[in-house]
Amino acid sequence: MTQDQKENSAQPVENRRNFLKKLWVGLGIVALAEMIVVIAAYLRPGKQKADAKTSGKIITAGPAIDFEKDSVTAFRRGQFYLIRLDDGGFLALSRKCTHLGCTVPWVASEKKFICPCHSSVFDISGSIVQSPAPRPLDMFAVLIENGIIKVDTNKKTKRSTFEQSQVVYL
Amino acid sequence: MKKNSFLYHLHPPRVPQAVLKFTHTWGLGGSALVLVLMQILTGVLLLFAYSPTPEAAYPSIVVLQQDILFGKLIRNLHHWGANFLVVITFFHMLRVFFTGAYNSRRKVNWWIGLGLFLCVLIANFTGYLLPLDQLSYWAVTICSNMFEYIPYVGVMIQKMIIGGTEISKITLSNFFAIHVALVPLSLSILMPLHFWQIRKAKGVICPVTLPVSQGEASTTVLKKDAVPHLVTREAAMALVIIAVLFVFSILFDAPLADKANPGLSPNPTKAPWYFSGLQELLQYFHPTIAVFVIPLLIVCGLICLPYLKFDKPATGIWFLSENGLRMGIVSAVSAFVLAPLMVVLFEYAINLSSLLPGLSPVITNGALPAALIMIFLFSFYQIMQRKFDATAEEGVQAVFIFLLVCFVVLTITGVWFRGPGMALNWPWDCGLEQAGGSHLLRY
Repeated sequence: MTQDQKENSAQPVENRRNFLKKLWVGLGIVALAEMIVVIAAYLRPGKQKADAKTSGKIITAGPAIDFEKDSVTAFRRGQFYLIRLDDGGFLALSRKCTHLGCTVPWVASEKKFICPCHSSVFDISGSIVQSPAPRPLDMFAVLIENGIIKVDTNKKTKRSTFEQSQVVYL
Repeated sequence: MKKNSFLYHLHPPRVPQAVLKFTHTWGLGGSALVLVLMQILTGVLLLFAYSPTPEAAYPSIVVLQQDILFGKLIRNLHHWGANFLVVITFFHMLRVFFTGAYNSRRKVNWWIGLGLFLCVLIANFTGYLLPLDQLSYWAVTICSNMFEYIPYVGVMIQKMIIGGTEISKITLSNFFAIHVALVPLSLSILMPLHFWQIRKAKGVICPVTLPVSQGEASTTVLKKDAVPHLVTREAAMALVIIAVLFVFSILFDAPLADKANPGLSPNPTKAPWYFSGLQELLQYFHPTIAVFVIPLLIVCGLICLPYLKFDKPATGIWFLSENGLRMGIVSAVSAFVLAPLMVVLFEYAINLSSLLPGLSPVITNGALPAALIMIFLFSFYQIMQRKFDATAEEGVQAVFIFLLVCFVVLTITGVWFRGPGMALNWPWDCGLEQAGGSHLLRY
C-alpha cells in the first residue's frame, strides 16, 4: 500500500470519529443544559411560594376618618406605613429602606423616617432627606372604596421622586 | 507506609530541609485543614441539635446552649473555628502571594485556593444566618440587599438566594442546604485536588538563597524524610491550633442576640466582620461601585495574578527581596497613615456630592473617586519604582500591600469604630442603641 492509499482509507474513519466526537460533545452540552434547568427549577418554586406568602393580599386599613391629617400609621401585617398628608391625601409606603433593606421606623418627635442601619432619612412623603438611600421609600397602591382605605400589597412601586400624582384623595 | 500508598499523592515522602523551617510557611495550610476537620466534627454534632425552620431555629439554639451537655462549647468551637478559618486561609493566601508561589505550574492551584477561600466565605455567611437571631437576620438582610446594586442581574440573584424579597422559610432552607451539603461537598473535592497539585508542583515552594544562575542551590536540594521530620511538625501545629481554639471557645461565647424580629432593625446593623470592609466602602462610594465594581476588580485581580509577566522565576523568598521588603514597609506605613486620615476626612470634612452640586451621585460618589484612586495608585507605583529602583514585581507587591493595609484599616473601622447610625465613634461607645421607644406600632 502506498502512502497515498493509506491516507485515503484513513479518511472515512477520521470523519466518523470526528462526527462521533462532535455528537458526544453536543450531547454533553444538552445534558448540562438539562441539569441547569433542573437546578434552576429547584430554586424557582421557593421564590414563588415566598412571594405568595409575604404578599398577595389587599389589606383593609379602616375608614378614612380614623386617620388624622399629617399622621403615620404602621401596619405590621402588610409591612407598610399608611400616611395621611397635611392636605388629606393618602400614601402607603413600604417600611423597607431602599438602601439595604432595613426596617425604617417613623420617629414621631422629628417627623421623619430614620433608618437605624445607615442613617438614611426620609420625610413624611418618603422623599430622601439624607442619603445613602438611592431613592424614596417604595409605594403600595392605595384604594378608597366608600370611605374605606385599602392597600394593595401585591406590587411594590419604585419611584425616583415624590410627585403629587402619587397621593390618593378621598 | 507502603511505597505506592495513595497518601503519597497528597503528602510527600521526602521534603527539602529549607521548607521545614516554620517561618517559611507558618504552618498555615495545615492549620486550615485541621480547622476544616474540626468544623466537620463540631458541625455534625450541631446538626443533631439544630432545626432548620424559622420557628424552631432560634429555640433549638437556646436549648442547645442551655440543656445539652457541652452544647455551648460545641457551638463556640464551631463559631470561633469558622472565624479562625477565615483568618487562617486569608493569611495562607498572603503567604502564597508573598513567597511568589502562584506562578506557572502553581497557577491552577492558586485558582483552586481561591475556590477554597470562596467556599470558606460562603460557609461562614450561610452559617451566620442559621441561629436566626437579630444579629444574623439583619446582617444577612443588608448583605443580600447589596446584590440589588449589581446591574441587570442583581435583583434576580438576590431573589434566587433568599427566595423572595425578604428572609423567610425558603432563605433558611437554601442557606442550610448550602451550609451543610454544598459547601462540604465542594471542600471535599477541592481540598484533595489542592494537596495533589502541591505534590505535582514538587512540593511547597522552596526558598532559593542564591541567585539561580550562580549557585547549584536549585539543583542539589538537601532533602529529609517526611516521617518523622515533617509529620511531627504538622502534628505539633495541629495540636497548637486545636488548643488555641479550645481556650478561645472556653473564654469567649459565640454571640446570640434576641430572636429575629423583622419589624425592628438594630442600630447599628453590621455585616459579619469579614464583609465589614465591604460595608465600610458603602460609606464613601455609590453602592454600585462599593458592592459591585470594587469586589469585581479584586476578584479579577486575584484570578489574573498568575498571568503577571515577571522578569525572574519565583524564588520562594518572602517579599521577593530585601528591596521588596523595604518597599513593603513603606507602602504599609503610608497606607496605615493615609487610610484612617481619609476615613476621618470623609466623615467630617469632605462631601463630594455637596461640593459638586448638580452632578449625579453616580459621578460624584462613583466615577470621580474611583478615577482619583486609580490615578493615585498609578502614581504611587511609579514613584515607588523609581525611588527604590525596583523591578515590576516589587512595584506590584508594593501596591498590593498598600491596598491590603487599606482594606484592613477599613475592616477595623467597620467592626470597632462604627456606632449607632454608622457614625464614626470610639470602640467603647459603639454598643447597640437601646431599641424601641421612638416609634409605636399600631395594627
